[in-house]
Amino acid sequence: MIINHPLLGPRDAAEFTYLGDAALIHRPDWEAPDAVQQFTDYGYLRDNRAGPMRELWFHEQGDRSWLVVTRDTTTHVITSVELASDVARREGRSR
Amino acid sequence: MTQKNRLFGGCVDRAQPMSFRFDGRTYQGYAGDTLASALLANGVRLMGRSCKYHRPRGPLTAGSAEPNAIVELREGARKEPNTRATTAELFEGLVAKSQNRWPSLAFDAMAVNDRLSSFFAAGFYYKTFMWPAAFWEKVYEPIIRKAAGLGSLATDADPDCYDKGFLHCDLLVIGSGPAGLMAALTAARAGAEVIVADEDFMLGGRLNAEVLSIADQGAADWAAATVGALAAMPNVRLMSRTTVIGAFDHGIYGAVERVSDHLAQPAAGKPRQILWRIYSRQSILAAGATERPIAFEENDRPGIMLASALRDYANRWAVTPSQRLAVFTNNDDGHRTAADLYAKGVKIAAVVDVRPDAPTHPDYEVLKGAHVIGTMGRLGLTFVEVRLADGSNRTLECGALGVSGGWNPNVHLASHQRGRPIWAEDIAAFVPGDALPQGMHAAGAAAGVLSTHGALTSGVAAAAKALDALGLNAPNLTVPEAEDAPVNVTPFWHVAGAKRAWLDQQNDVTAKDVKLAHQENFRSVEHLKRYTTLGMATDQGKTSNMGGLAIMAELAGKPIPEVGTTIFRPPYTPTAIGAFAGRSRDEDFRPVRKTPSHTWAEEQGAVFVEVGMWLRAQWFPRPGETTWRQSVDREVLQTRKSVGICDVTTLGKIDVQGADAATFLNKIYCNPFAKVPVGKVRYGLMLREDGIAMDDGTAARFAEDHFVVTTTTANAVSVYRHMEFVRQCLFPDLDVQLISTTEAWAQYSVAGPNARKLLQKVIDAEHDISNEAFPYMACGDISIGGVRGRLFRISFSGELAYEIAVPTRYGDALIRRLVAAGEEFGAVVYGTEALGVMRIEKGHAAGNELNGTTTALNLGMGRMVNKKKDSIGSTLSEREGLNTEDALKLVGFKPVDTSHSVPAGAHLMTKGAPVDAAHDQGYVTSACFSPNLGHAIAIGYLKRGDARLGEVIRLVSPLTGVDHDVEVVSAHFIDPEGERLRV
Amino acid sequence: MSDPLPQMIPLTALGGREARTDTHGPVTLTEVTNTAIASFAARRGAEAPAAKALSAVTALQLPGPGASARGGAFTVFWIGPDQWMVMAPHDTHELLAHDLTAAAPGQASVTEQNDAWCRFDLRGEGLIAVFERLCPINLRAAAPGHATRTSIDHLGCFVLMETQSQITVLGPRSSAGSLHHALLTAMRSAH
Repeated sequence: MIINHPLLGPRDAAEFTYLGDAALIHRPDWEAPDAVQQFTDYGYLRDNRAGPMRELWFHEQGDRSWLVVTRDTTTHVITSVELASDVARREGRSR
Repeated sequence: MTQKNRLFGGCVDRAQPMSFRFDGRTYQGYAGDTLASALLANGVRLMGRSCKYHRPRGPLTAGSAEPNAIVELREGARKEPNTRATTAELFEGLVAKSQNRWPSLAFDAMAVNDRLSSFFAAGFYYKTFMWPAAFWEKVYEPIIRKAAGLGSLATDADPDCYDKGFLHCDLLVIGSGPAGLMAALTAARAGAEVIVADEDFMLGGRLNAEVLSIADQGAADWAAATVGALAAMPNVRLMSRTTVIGAFDHGIYGAVERVSDHLAQPAAGKPRQILWRIYSRQSILAAGATERPIAFEENDRPGIMLASALRDYANRWAVTPSQRLAVFTNNDDGHRTAADLYAKGVKIAAVVDVRPDAPTHPDYEVLKGAHVIGTMGRLGLTFVEVRLADGSNRTLECGALGVSGGWNPNVHLASHQRGRPIWAEDIAAFVPGDALPQGMHAAGAAAGVLSTHGALTSGVAAAAKALDALGLNAPNLTVPEAEDAPVNVTPFWHVAGAKRAWLDQQNDVTAKDVKLAHQENFRSVEHLKRYTTLGMATDQGKTSNMGGLAIMAELAGKPIPEVGTTIFRPPYTPTAIGAFAGRSRDEDFRPVRKTPSHTWAEEQGAVFVEVGMWLRAQWFPRPGETTWRQSVDREVLQTRKSVGICDVTTLGKIDVQGADAATFLNKIYCNPFAKVPVGKVRYGLMLREDGIAMDDGTAARFAEDHFVVTTTTANAVSVYRHMEFVRQCLFPDLDVQLISTTEAWAQYSVAGPNARKLLQKVIDAEHDISNEAFPYMACGDISIGGVRGRLFRISFSGELAYEIAVPTRYGDALIRRLVAAGEEFGAVVYGTEALGVMRIEKGHAAGNELNGTTTALNLGMGRMVNKKKDSIGSTLSEREGLNTEDALKLVGFKPVDTSHSVPAGAHLMTKGAPVDAAHDQGYVTSACFSPNLGHAIAIGYLKRGDARLGEVIRLVSPLTGVDHDVEVVSAHFIDPEGERLRV
Repeated sequence: MSDPLPQMIPLTALGGREARTDTHGPVTLTEVTNTAIASFAARRGAEAPAAKALSAVTALQLPGPGASARGGAFTVFWIGPDQWMVMAPHDTHELLAHDLTAAAPGQASVTEQNDAWCRFDLRGEGLIAVFERLCPINLRAAAPGHATRTSIDHLGCFVLMETQSQITVLGPRSSAGSLHHALLTAMRSAH
């Protein structure tokens, strides 16, 4: 596979390490009253869809950026690649 | 008599004769020959035996689809079984042996299988070897393995090396026939970076095998001229001997280049083959088509070939398998073979055409509406029996029969991404469908366009599409004049009534087997394939699958496209495992990481151990020591008595800087870091988000905004990745920056009561490292002989200990300096074994304890998990299931009978209770002999362990026969109060 | 003051006293020891002043992703968002990290990398054919100054292409021997 790195352009997927569902960005609030339940869902109930899926990939043999890659798991068609830090900020991980 | 079947003309170089041996006999051929063409030239048709029935076989094809003529090529360590004689290039001194026969090719004892063939029909294995189960391994399998299978492997290691590489192009053209060459020329003229790959050693595809003209030139001459024009262009890379074996995601192709297979052995330093990963933006599949046979009774005798193969041999190699031949066809192309060979002076016994309206020829007989119904000749064809249109029979005398059932486009690569081929009625064959791999276009015969003119035109058209996608303008190219014969084919798959009509000649699958499978209800093509083994041999059914599914369709009363094809998978042709391994074999399997003291340790005769990619000294034998235990015991005792030195460079080191560095470490570690003073080190325990311990290490604070973090050797990479995840994905606005410095510093542990005295000799005097100035857990910058360094007062051994670091280039000098300075104290250098013994004596957890199932509570560090802050894993470590009353706790064990050992992995059982999983109380994680205590010791996890000190418990390991009593003790066997650390 | 203990004599990454040079066909492979290296990462919120400071101290325009800049004593190449690696001769710039920290106080996280890397320079014609056997980077199409991290025989390496006949590889120092072997093997395979 080729992952079109937002900064470095197309790179072989072999340079990357895969983590999984990008929902891992949404780490729950540890002070929530049901924090244990939320963290359990966060840790164990991740999606693994047949179809378009937002995934985390780490450019380990590259610039060490974590990326959010939107990939159809049935065809490997990649429709979007973003820096995970940008996604995290946009989706509320800023302090 | 030499080369009695060599004709005139062709593309062989008669000025370069080459001698070779086959089954012990010496023959002669020419440069440009394949092994098969050279054998045929010498009148040898019989080249092998089939897999199951050991039927005598000769080549069916002249290329990579060959099912029959497979041999053991070369000798000794380079021997390669199952090599297709039809693609093996001849070289001087080539040695080949037929396979699958004993004692000789002409007389094969296993041919008795052929007489018993009625027992060996489809499903024979499944039906016969079902019962009793135990018989499979002991009786059936050894017999089958001996009798079946193909060639035999070399037993020595492959002496050749293989390479891997990466190529990039705008356009990859797969195949160099008329379509491929025209496509390449079009794209190259437009300025695209083009790679042309062809499995053949001679570019040009079928143009080298046909008597045709293109633009008033002979086809082969036009191909050579076009190849020459392409070779002269800097943006074109021509790769002959290169098979594109697979189409992968996003325009990536795998291709094997046979760099040295045409040589007796590779030149020095050169690989035998290179596996290229080709990154293409666009690709054109111009892989041509493969002729398919017609099934008829006894259609497998040596001399019976595809009609196109006869043409290949005659036109390209100037060879015929016999001076008298016949053709059996259902289409016009078969007649071309007869005409070409006739023109070469070969006698044509007749052309047998199933079509009543077949074309005629003035110079030889065409039997219209006729079928071949049988053949004769024990080791090679002698006669063909024909049923004429009027129902009468006729016998033709001939040594070769060309069979043509039409052409199948080579759609394989078009289907590697699961796109299904579609049925083209006009040529009665499957062609690539719409769902092609990304960026691929099909052209020429591979796209079902079978005329030369059509191929040239479609090559230009496919290139234009690719150029459009690349944003380049297609040049104005005139398509040269060439024949444009229509395809006249009447689908005809097998002669009715034939019993032993071979479909898959390599796996001995007949038309009857397909009928049997259907009768037994194996109706999906995938089931048919697996039940009959049709298409499962090394040729993957390139010449047989179509016939099998046509018969299947007929039996099911369905049209062929409704039956469909099996899935196409890479590789396109058999590929040496060595090519996939590339350079990664033997000592080059993976890189080696060496510590800065490696050279010194080698000089000392150290025994090394692999720790991940690192090579670490395991122990340092001294003269007179005969067992590893003697060395390790000495190293441990002397360290605790005086001082020992150990290379600990392999620990991961990560530089953590930024205004929020402490905040960040508070997230990473479950224990607090905010208040660690500058100049101090703190132990940290890192949890996974699920509350399980991930790694441990230390963080040394060199400034308010600067920590140096260590990880275990094994987890250096994964911890760094995790830290970047937390930094970028969870807390993107923290001001913290990370970078690994593992390699930058050589680091040694100096441990033992005399550690400080030793270091005071080594470290430059201006640095005060007295207990007062540099207490336990201090860190700071120092210098050694003027070289910048760092000092950490941390201990893994439980002794007064330091870790001293210098830039890696000085690592060798520092170990020599430390050893020299330690002489007066009797300092030892110790390896990983002694390190392990000392940490077990101290009850320090390591990888065996942080084994991916244990929590801080299990490790006895439950109170370290700070509840007042948020850290990774802190929330889920509070889960009920991880905090049960009978949770495992890390404790020590010593044998009641001190002569006993305590093996790691053994399980713990309450005395008197049954020994089973339901009563399991825990397990031993790490064990060793403690030279300080004089007996075996161990640490491990025991339910409620911390409340059971003093209890005698049963240690069992049914696997190793261990069953004895151990006492539960504190894991801190030595200096439990930790007083030695602080002196 | 006399020091009776063995002197602190540095070794090269390949373990010798002297740097090693190998020539095969048109390509020369040289171990380079005289290189000081420091990583430079801008602090959050100080990206602009940090970059300005680095640019000032090196007198170079800072390169973007996949690129390098060189001039005077310095080579700077991009290694990640707001992060660069800086190289200069070790003889004159051993304390490069210290100097860079001082040049951008509180604006950048600077880490000494002098001995984290082994450096090999390849010079000569036909280098592209050598690197085709080593890494998936398209150097044939790359512009001069191309600089990127990739994987060579499982080792994370920086490949800096000054021109198509001058390429530098930085690899993990502990694997210098394996990397050197890989480079030499590729040279022999290609030429």
